[in-house]
Amino acid sequence: MDLSISRRAGVFLVICTVLSLLYGCRGEIPPKPTGGVTIVPPIKPDNVPQAYPDAEKANLPVFTMDYPRIQIPFEITLWMLLASFAKIGFHVYHKITIWVPESCLLVSIGLIVGAIMHSVHEEPPAVLTSNVFFLYMLPPIVLDSGYFMPTRPFFENIGTVLWFAVVGTLWNSIGIGMSLFAICQIEAFGVQDINLQENLLFASIISAVDPVAVLNVFEDVSVNEQLYIVVFGECLFNDAVTVVLYNMFSFVAEMPVVEPVDVFLGVARFFVVGLGGMGFGILFGFVAAFTTRFTSKVREIEPLFIFMYSYLAYLVAELFAISSIMAIVTCALTMKYYVEENVSQRSCTTIRHVVKMLGSISETLIFFFLGVVTITTEHEWNWGYILFTLLFAFVWRGLGVLVLTQIINPFRTIPFNLKDQFGLAYGGLRGAISFALAFTLPDNIGRKQLFVTATIAIILFTVFLQGISIRPLIEFINVRRTNRNLSTINVEIHCRLMEHTIAGIEDLCGQWSHFYWKDKFMKFNNRILRRILIRDSRAESSIVALYKKLELQNAMEILDTVSGDISAAPSIVSLYEEKKSSAKPKKKFLAADLRNMHDILSKNMYKIRQRTVAYTNKHALPNDSQTKEILIRRHASIRRSLRPGSFQSNMVPKSHKYFSLPAGQSLDLKFPPSRLSYTDDHETMSEVAYPSRRSRFGQPTRSSSRAMMPMRRLDTLKEAPSVDAVDEGRSDGGRTGHGMSRTNSSYSDSHVVPAPRRHHPGDNNSGSADNLRNSHHETQEEEEEQSQPSSPSPVWAAEPRDSTTRNPLLRRPQWNPKKM
Amino acid sequence: MGASQTRAANKYQDLTEKTGFSAEQIKNLHTRFQQLSGNEETISRESLENISALSNNPIRKQIIEAFFDKRNQHQNEVGTFQEISFEQFLMVMSHFQPPTLKTTEEEKEAMRKEKLRFLFNMHDTDNDGTITLEEYRKVVEELLSKSGAIGQEAAKAIADAAMLEVASTNVPHMAPDDFYEGITFEHFEQILKGLEMESRMHIRFLDVDTTTMRCGKSTS
Repeated sequence: MDLSISRRAGVFLVICTVLSLLYGCRGEIPPKPTGGVTIVPPIKPDNVPQAYPDAEKANLPVFTMDYPRIQIPFEITLWMLLASFAKIGFHVYHKITIWVPESCLLVSIGLIVGAIMHSVHEEPPAVLTSNVFFLYMLPPIVLDSGYFMPTRPFFENIGTVLWFAVVGTLWNSIGIGMSLFAICQIEAFGVQDINLQENLLFASIISAVDPVAVLNVFEDVSVNEQLYIVVFGECLFNDAVTVVLYNMFSFVAEMPVVEPVDVFLGVARFFVVGLGGMGFGILFGFVAAFTTRFTSKVREIEPLFIFMYSYLAYLVAELFAISSIMAIVTCALTMKYYVEENVSQRSCTTIRHVVKMLGSISETLIFFFLGVVTITTEHEWNWGYILFTLLFAFVWRGLGVLVLTQIINPFRTIPFNLKDQFGLAYGGLRGAISFALAFTLPDNIGRKQLFVTATIAIILFTVFLQGISIRPLIEFINVRRTNRNLSTINVEIHCRLMEHTIAGIEDLCGQWSHFYWKDKFMKFNNRILRRILIRDSRAESSIVALYKKLELQNAMEILDTVSGDISAAPSIVSLYEEKKSSAKPKKKFLAADLRNMHDILSKNMYKIRQRTVAYTNKHALPNDSQTKEILIRRHASIRRSLRPGSFQSNMVPKSHKYFSLPAGQSLDLKFPPSRLSYTDDHETMSEVAYPSRRSRFGQPTRSSSRAMMPMRRLDTLKEAPSVDAVDEGRSDGGRTGHGMSRTNSSYSDSHVVPAPRRHHPGDNNSGSADNLRNSHHETQEEEEEQSQPSSPSPVWAAEPRDSTTRNPLLRRPQWNPKKM
Repeated sequence: MGASQTRAANKYQDLTEKTGFSAEQIKNLHTRFQQLSGNEETISRESLENISALSNNPIRKQIIEAFFDKRNQHQNEVGTFQEISFEQFLMVMSHFQPPTLKTTEEEKEAMRKEKLRFLFNMHDTDNDGTITLEEYRKVVEELLSKSGAIGQEAAKAIADAAMLEVASTNVPHMAPDDFYEGITFEHFEQILKGLEMESRMHIRFLDVDTTTMRCGKSTS
């Protein structure tokens, strides 16, 4: 057994950081960077023996080791693992990530690893070649942003977004480039050899903003939708603009003489590249949507189509040297809406997860390498040039935002005020894209090292300084906020109502804005696009969609309680439980057995996918905050067939509350918001503080407990007929309510009394007894109203039963009703 | 058009103060108004109903009714008009003015309340200060009337659910014999508390007179 190899293997497995050394040890820049990492002869001279088994005898070797064969994928895997471990590490103490953006932490880890590598004179990994970056690392990042782009606000603000992304980036590149060129004329700095083209090239690199960290912060403090979407959209589209500019300038930078005609050609090319990319994106988006129309029989490969088509869009765009970022983004935007209606629920989950995962790992790796490379490359440090770069980047960004807002404000319904502008300007962090572009600069640029150094400097400066300080600043200046966590039926109805009102009033005024276009598009969409692209193409109102989803949710909970382990349940549960449980450990539960109960339940329940909230951040899965909604109990027949499981005895007191929509309970209580990682959002949801609010924090398996309760209730009461119309038609309450009240209360009292006895001592969930009682009364009353034969309408009963009886588990939900 | 134009020009100053529209906006709206009314002084329901662009709007009826609702005139009157003059038309339109950079927080709050009131009035057709279940249902039915197959049952169910939601949010401790009669304005405010209205209830009234070119199309 070769000693050095075994030693190396041991080191691999034991210490994570050493991975980087081993990986780095083959860090020659590959001559032909296709495969991802180098294919260069792997082993360093001091670890000589390569052909171990056959060096001795020709016997059949009992134990062989062929490290070079697996080296490349092996090391890639280990690098990814290392980066992922780092991410886990950050979330162990999750307050860190609130105050220090994740990118900062990743860079820091990278710096440490880089320092270790540097101290043992290792080379950094050579993964960051131009091809590897553009063909493998960039597409996932962009796909991620594009796919999770909140559609509705984006299109409402598309003008501003594009204005800032395109004009803003041009402004920055040209401004910074020119200013730097002016600086280069000063002899004292000794950088006179940098010509204008190279300055522009460099400026285009560092004008790509990448405000992941900022978006996280924005989302956390829930700044207003407009600001958020402009920052989001800007970072997405200015990647495209930057890459176009980069390609253009790097082409120009190699030309000895630039003629005026080249400038015009450059401008023309700019449009060809941008619009061409968009065209390809839309084309592939529609093809993808159309394809998924026919995948209902091959569910297992359904998600693949999405990735393949987006990647294809990207590659084809690369082939024609048009904006591939634009292509993949528009492709994702186009297909998302249709695809998510076509594919099954699980495929949809898979798609989202994989998109998130790939994007996240790519970005993690880039930031990580940023840290490593910062230490390990040779720098050319030029105080003057670098400091002026910083200064100009800052000044031009600020100026740009000021000027561009002044121009765009008259065209906006809601103008950006100074605070918003500050947020926009200060949110201009530079990130992964800049770094990668700088690192992949062609070698014939004379001052490449200076450019790399300056880029790294500006990235580190913005990421650390601005990234850390933006949260306190935003909170301090108190930017206008939007509460995004509302998804009650009332809100949904009124959103629609307002949209229609506005559209109507606009029609009355005889003027049109985006509501007009939206109307037109929706019509076109419903008449033609949906017919072609969607299998089951009934147009659906978002209100109905939300309602159906709630119904479905309820039905599934009930079904799943019966057949405890539906095949896919554990995997899906685990996906959803992960962050929640880490963010909110169940320590609020005093009773251990209650906790056990929840654990068991959570493992056996099928978690229902929630509608995506429009806002996602790059480092976390879409925050599927639960729709806090009334529970619509229609499936009495199913419920009647249920038998209480063994856990439920301590839940009995609650059962009364949950039987129908409890009057005494906050909606939150039923659907504890699963704000995954940050707690402060809870506050926004509960306008009314209820005594038992606490339970929200400690109830990881809300669905389970909810679903179970009614059964117990039914069992105790043996009043099957009344359940059928548990729906709460309050209209009839006026007539029957008073007459029934006497019996109601006595009736219900008799059931409340035993409750505290069965009430588990440690169960602090159920709140005060008063509360319990009140709500119970209310519930009881409603139910009794319904059970009156004279009472007019069991209103729920008639409705879209078909949607749930068909096959609730396969029924596709409406993901994002709001996007229309 | 000439005569009314000159007279209206004098009135513009007056209206600007009352409604907050700029003179250009008023002029544009006035042109539009006359186009709708056929150069009459007042406008009737029929002429609004004839706007073809509106024909696809599910809540057309409510919107038109809002224009004839005296409650939307800021004058503490109730009832409905048979016909409205330009001033009244403008008053209704003024509900949708976007805030400017100068608007203070209090003013914004007041604007928001006004808009909510406008919505509330759309629901509350019989003007008794509450939205009853029937009224709510009706609006939801209208909203869903374009959705075809889903139909009225769903609308009913949804309205009921929504109503229940309001009740449970606002009256957490109902006595057993209480009955939730309807949504009062306070409750209405409460349920839409966190909802961002700014981006949804505003129209950017054009300053430039492009409307005439366009409304030819929309009224044809």
